[in-house]
Amino acid sequence: MLLQRFLIRLLTMLITLFGVAVVVFVVIRVAPGDPIAMMLPPGATDADIARLRALYGLDKTIVQQFFIWLSGVARGDFGTSISLRQDVLGLVFNRLPATLELAIVALVMAVAIGGTTAIIGARERGTAVEAGIDIASGAALSIPDFLWGLVLILLFGVLVPIFDISGRVSPQLDLPFVTQFYLFESLLRLRLDLTWDLLKHMLMPAVALALPLAAIISQLLKQSLKEVLDLDYVVLARVKGFSETQVILREALKNAALPTLTLVGVQFTFLIGGTVIVERLFSYEGLGNMAIDAVINRDLPLIQGIVLVFALLFVLINLSVDMMYALLNPRLRHG
Amino acid sequence: MDEGRARRRGVSPRLWLAGGWLLLALLAAIFAPLVAPQDPLAQDLMLERLPPFWMNGAEPGYWLGTDSLGRDLLSRLIFGGRIAFIVAFSAAVAACLVGSTLGLIAGYFGGWADRIISRVVDVWMAFPPVLFAILLVAVLGTGLSSVILAIAIIDWTRFCRVIRAETMGQSRMDYVENARIAGYGRIGIMLREVLPNVVPSIVALLSLEMGIAVIVEAILSFVNLSISTDDPTWGGIIAEGRLSIHQAWWVLVFPLITLILTVLSFSQFGEALKTRFDPVLR
Repeated sequence: MLLQRFLIRLLTMLITLFGVAVVVFVVIRVAPGDPIAMMLPPGATDADIARLRALYGLDKTIVQQFFIWLSGVARGDFGTSISLRQDVLGLVFNRLPATLELAIVALVMAVAIGGTTAIIGARERGTAVEAGIDIASGAALSIPDFLWGLVLILLFGVLVPIFDISGRVSPQLDLPFVTQFYLFESLLRLRLDLTWDLLKHMLMPAVALALPLAAIISQLLKQSLKEVLDLDYVVLARVKGFSETQVILREALKNAALPTLTLVGVQFTFLIGGTVIVERLFSYEGLGNMAIDAVINRDLPLIQGIVLVFALLFVLINLSVDMMYALLNPRLRHG
Repeated sequence: MDEGRARRRGVSPRLWLAGGWLLLALLAAIFAPLVAPQDPLAQDLMLERLPPFWMNGAEPGYWLGTDSLGRDLLSRLIFGGRIAFIVAFSAAVAACLVGSTLGLIAGYFGGWADRIISRVVDVWMAFPPVLFAILLVAVLGTGLSSVILAIAIIDWTRFCRVIRAETMGQSRMDYVENARIAGYGRIGIMLREVLPNVVPSIVALLSLEMGIAVIVEAILSFVNLSISTDDPTWGGIIAEGRLSIHQAWWVLVFPLITLILTVLSFSQFGEALKTRFDPVLR
């Protein structure tokens, strides 16, 4: 049952990815600008242009180009970036860790903030505290990450300059890292000075990304907690003499968390989508920032590669959330 | 019922505040040439980076100060509102028409129509929306119509998903069955019976989408891909403010406040309209 569900999801995932590949391929080839003409210095001859077009396969029909590119992708060859003249896959893998670290730190923050406020709100239900949490989460939800980023830049970059507002790490530092996962590696190497520097750069973009998601988690989890808190077994726990906080943490939380989990999966993909502009805002050297440069430079192979990697990330997250839900939900586990 | 009524009453002041701000901003944008104190494009290096009116060194007539080229910030915000509202209304309506129609079809007819539409929505959801928007505008060429088209192409799925789910729920109701027994055609039932019941959601989403469109336009002009660089846009002013943040914070603060108020108002307005239009709550 579970395996069948997994295989169906895997198949739809592949169809989705194929769809993404087709859409992005068609979209960028409708572009009127000629990327080859932009690469060459002025005064290049027509023969030069033709040679380069052939080199990048741009002289073939669009269907041929698509299948040449697709068979390359299947072998792990995403082509060569036109503007940076490097292997696309290498460029993407070089930048992806920075974006993943940012997204994961933001997710952890969102779960921590959203979970805490939901528990407090459920414990203090019907009071001014709950009303305050509702107003705060309403505002956090309505204001998108782009605007939160700007608010944070003003507050903690300019008014009280305690955090860095641009880059991933202070440029004067000597980095001993062998991977691109700077934050995780600095923790493993116990170079806490570097961890702190990385966090000082990462904190504001991560909070900007986390706030809308924290608000959603807070609202949904609080709602489920309040529903569960009226159920018999919770009332029983209360009669046994557990405090309200203990009742919530030990009894209510594990049953109330399941609906929130499904939603967090979808919302996490929105959070990752948000890294594109938030990285730009904070000049953070991640995949999204590189994607915007790639679009501005009309770097077709690089755009294709980045969009496909984002799409892969999104469907993988959805797949794993779906599987996690199936594993945790007793009705599906035994059904 | 009681809760609904209470909520409607509670929402009223917020509706007035949100509606009031939107009306004010909209009127200012429409009558921009009459209300803007200065020419939004006039540069004057003698007047560069003037602070807002309550600070030392402010110049009368330049209420919110000037940017690094000496252009009046208030006038640029008022004229920027024109682009923002044009994009908000046209992009949201376009996304709404496409998305609601497809959502209604998928939800009501089900079967193959639903499978195909849902698969396309899945593909769309696998794109990072901001990157998709930037890519589309780069492809379509900068300009007002490209921005509107790009937002509509990306955001129709928001309407489609919600309206599909609501239509599915409505289609299972007794009144739809009764209409079928009474001999109405399927398209007739969809338009006459189901559609009016999903209108509250459409209206709420429409208002929400206008706020989103304003943000997307601001993001596009922030990365310098919206309309021509001469015309003032809220995102363009923010990009300028981000660069001169240490010399002239007001160039970032005022467009940011304008954007936040506008987005909050659109979402509050949508919520309030939803409760007002909802036949069950009414």
